[in-house]
Amino acid sequence: MLSALLVMTGIALVLGTALGYAAVYFKVEGNPLAEQIDAILPQTQCAQCGYPGCKPYAEAIANGEAEINLCTPGGDDGAQKLAEMLGREFKPHGAPVEKLKTVAIIDEQTCIGCTLCIQACPVDAIIGSAKQMHTVVSRYCTGCELCLPPCPVDCIALVEEPRTPQNWRWKYPVKGLKVVA
Amino acid sequence: MTSPHIRQPASVQRVMMTVLAALLPGIAAYVWLVGAGILVNIAIASVTALASEALVLRLRKRALWITLSDGSALVTAWLVALILPSIAPWWLTVIGVLVAIVGAKHLYGGIGQNPFNPAMAAYCAVIVAYPALMSQWPHIDGLDFATQLHLILGGSREIDGITGATALDAMRTGLRNQVDVHTILSSETFGFAGGRGWEWIATGYFVGGLFLLARRVITWHLPIGFIVGMGFTAGVAWLLAPDSFPSPLFHLASGGAMLAAFFIVTDPVTGASSPLGKFIFAAGVGIIAWVIRTFGMYPDGIAFAVLLMNICVPLINHATQPALVGQRKEPRS
Amino acid sequence: MISRLFSFRGGIKPDSHKAESSGAPISHVPLPSRLVVLLTQGSQGAARTIVTVGDKVLKGQCIGEAEGVAGTAIHAPTSGTVTEIGRYPMAHPSGLASPAIVIEPDGEERWITHEPLDPATASREDLILRIQASGIVGMGGATFPSHLKADSEIETLVINGAECEPWITCDDRLMRERAAHIVTGSAILAHLTGARQVLVGIEDNKPEAIAAMRAAIQDMEPVARKCLGADKMNVIAVPTLYPTGGEKQLVSVLTGIEIAPDKRITDFGIQCFNVATAHAVCRALLHGESMVSRIVTVTGNVERPGNYETPLGMPVSDLLAFCGVKSGTSRVLMGGPMMGFTLPSLDAPIAKGCNCLIAASNELFPLPPPEQPCIRCGSCASACPIGLQPFELYWASRAKNLDSAEQHHLFTCMECGCCAYVCPAHIPLVDYFRFAKSEIRARNEERKTAEQARTRFEFRSFRLEREKTEKAARLAAKAAETRAKAASEGDSALIAAAVEQAKMQPSIQDNAAPSHDQQT
Repeated sequence: MLSALLVMTGIALVLGTALGYAAVYFKVEGNPLAEQIDAILPQTQCAQCGYPGCKPYAEAIANGEAEINLCTPGGDDGAQKLAEMLGREFKPHGAPVEKLKTVAIIDEQTCIGCTLCIQACPVDAIIGSAKQMHTVVSRYCTGCELCLPPCPVDCIALVEEPRTPQNWRWKYPVKGLKVVA
Repeated sequence: MTSPHIRQPASVQRVMMTVLAALLPGIAAYVWLVGAGILVNIAIASVTALASEALVLRLRKRALWITLSDGSALVTAWLVALILPSIAPWWLTVIGVLVAIVGAKHLYGGIGQNPFNPAMAAYCAVIVAYPALMSQWPHIDGLDFATQLHLILGGSREIDGITGATALDAMRTGLRNQVDVHTILSSETFGFAGGRGWEWIATGYFVGGLFLLARRVITWHLPIGFIVGMGFTAGVAWLLAPDSFPSPLFHLASGGAMLAAFFIVTDPVTGASSPLGKFIFAAGVGIIAWVIRTFGMYPDGIAFAVLLMNICVPLINHATQPALVGQRKEPRS
Repeated sequence: MISRLFSFRGGIKPDSHKAESSGAPISHVPLPSRLVVLLTQGSQGAARTIVTVGDKVLKGQCIGEAEGVAGTAIHAPTSGTVTEIGRYPMAHPSGLASPAIVIEPDGEERWITHEPLDPATASREDLILRIQASGIVGMGGATFPSHLKADSEIETLVINGAECEPWITCDDRLMRERAAHIVTGSAILAHLTGARQVLVGIEDNKPEAIAAMRAAIQDMEPVARKCLGADKMNVIAVPTLYPTGGEKQLVSVLTGIEIAPDKRITDFGIQCFNVATAHAVCRALLHGESMVSRIVTVTGNVERPGNYETPLGMPVSDLLAFCGVKSGTSRVLMGGPMMGFTLPSLDAPIAKGCNCLIAASNELFPLPPPEQPCIRCGSCASACPIGLQPFELYWASRAKNLDSAEQHHLFTCMECGCCAYVCPAHIPLVDYFRFAKSEIRARNEERKTAEQARTRFEFRSFRLEREKTEKAARLAAKAAETRAKAASEGDSALIAAAVEQAKMQPSIQDNAAPSHDQQT
């Protein structure tokens, strides 16, 4: 009886020390959960989720403050991935399944150089200065549409990215076993 | 239409038909030596297999004809019929085939998806459920066709002396009773290599297997792996204690060894995929089968060995990914 | 000399169907009413238009300059007038359009003045620049710019005359009829790359081509002899086995060196050119003729199958009309039946990589039987020349398990089609691989842009934060200053300062507004 007690106590002590040691020496800096969530989010920075960008939304999910189905560009797919990673229940977003990537284009004839879109752009993809014509660096544009509402002259339009042999995609082969139903 | 725009005239159906053809020498020897009862069993198994596959395909809402005609159900049916005693009552064969087709094949997603060899799963199921029936094998030339048919159709099995122990059974019983191997082999159950007469059926399977190798339906890694695995372990034991362990030749010629080497472990769906993996898989089956035969409860251990190795297939595949071109040192000539 | 031949893994032996088109000599086609010269002719870069609508051009005149180091120039395939600079469908499975220059021929075929270069006296740089300026790209179909390949230092030069794809015979005819030019071109390329030996690999189903090439090496032209001794060049008959014509496969057969997927043949001191490319190099350097035409095999369901010297830019439909497409043709393949693709539009013009057109009927090229489930028979793995396990790739691609597909080396697949050719379950394996590859490419692109957006967003947040603190600091300093002033001057100054502070607010925002693109 006594020896059993001693053994158990000994085990408890050893394990406790090991755990304490691990907690101190393997401490993870930052909030890895938020970063993992952020890695899943599409980084459009469109703020349609109600948070000012993807990172803040990720932090809100990590802190349990936000639902996982608020991301519009991510859609149902993204919500599914978040649900899988977080072990939470999947909630549909209801956004269209696949949207072609779009980029903003400024009609340079109409632009009055008000800089409002420049302030709205979450990724600094619009260049230009006051009273000068602005232009979008399409390489950096995420198609978030945040520049559309502030424009006083409606000179910004979103267009689909042009298809080239480089970004053209082969379709999923559909010649599967036919289902008789 | 996408490339390639031309295809070799190969088909799953052709592969399966070749396998069926390769079984014919063994079946011919079977009929010649044991009697035509086996043909009745094969017929029962084939009909059951096709009917049950059609039913399941219907339930699974899959295209009927393309899968039904691929011949895979027939191969399974023939194998099940060949591993059951040829005088097994008809319902035993039906149960075996149903376990194979419905249970082991379609419940896992149909052809190509099943992790376990259907015929072996069927064998395990019936030998666990009906051990007595599974140990009643006809003597060589012991029964006329009428009696065999009578037994297959579920007739009384009380007639004495119609059935006998298989070579493996006799060997096991003898060894348990402290009789030495040499004395056991001198009884009339045994022929020059395995069970008297049965060794010729094994030879038939061997010939069929060579045909499969020649037609490139199977690669040498599997049969050789099995023969090396079983032969090597049996050989080591035999050399160490020839009185307590029968020779490798006895093991390879008895029970389902030859059928397993060329027709069971060669099932591509449930086996390993790389050449080295195939060898390891088949050798594993051979070793485990010998262990079960020698130390286990059941007379033949091949079915259990195959299922055990089926479980290991993902691991074997993972460990034996073949090297890509240029990733080994010696250039080929 | 090496007498021993080696092999490569896998491979298949489809019916060759070469006799249909290899019988007749190379013939010319009449000029069509217009020629559509695409600006993207090389795989690595495009050309930049240097003509405008209405310009008169001469045959061989440069109409598009090479853009960047990897671009290749394009030339007027005949004399005539530039009538349009627009977008035309490419010969590509996607059928997407590419910028193109349209020329209306005047029928005179007037050449520009030829300016030959003597390879023995011209500098290496000049020769390589000339190859680029002549618009020479790999003519086996990959259209890799030849000047990039010529600019390497190697031991062995392999000239690829294997032509392993069924039906295609353009290299065969070229070797039979113009062996001397190929030999000279090969010698020049050997001179450029410093190669000490040249191995010409030709499949043994082309005995006439082998004989012609051997004879041409015997009577090598003097200019070629200055570049390379005739004893350094050897024609080697290689066994007929698809895909021997693959660069790495041919090198493997000729030298016994297996080249890993992550290596290039130049890592082993080898470079490889197609026979038609060597021919074009000879024409460009010794005769000053830029690449304005190529030999195209037209075969299959046509009245007059054969090989045609076709001006670049000739619409496929015109060429087919000349050869007489028979009824029952359901589609047109560009390239061979193993790796070629169905042309989405017959308006696409002939480009530098178009080696073959096949009018396909359902009799000659039966539609694939329905796909059956994979039984892991392993036929595909034993046919794969790279040693891949196509069925594993198939399971992964089919399940859209892209990571697993990459782990099974999806990107080392060259889409030769051997696996799909042998598959008893009739699975369009290559389709699955192409699908998975383009998905992975798109996904990686997406990840890259997401990563970029993330850093840009974070930097912007950081910048806004910094501006806020700077502003706060400025305001605090100002306030302290004002307070100090107020203490000495009294209340009126304090009010004035508050007004000034209120005015400052918008102007600070204005200053903060301009983007800082250059900051990242």
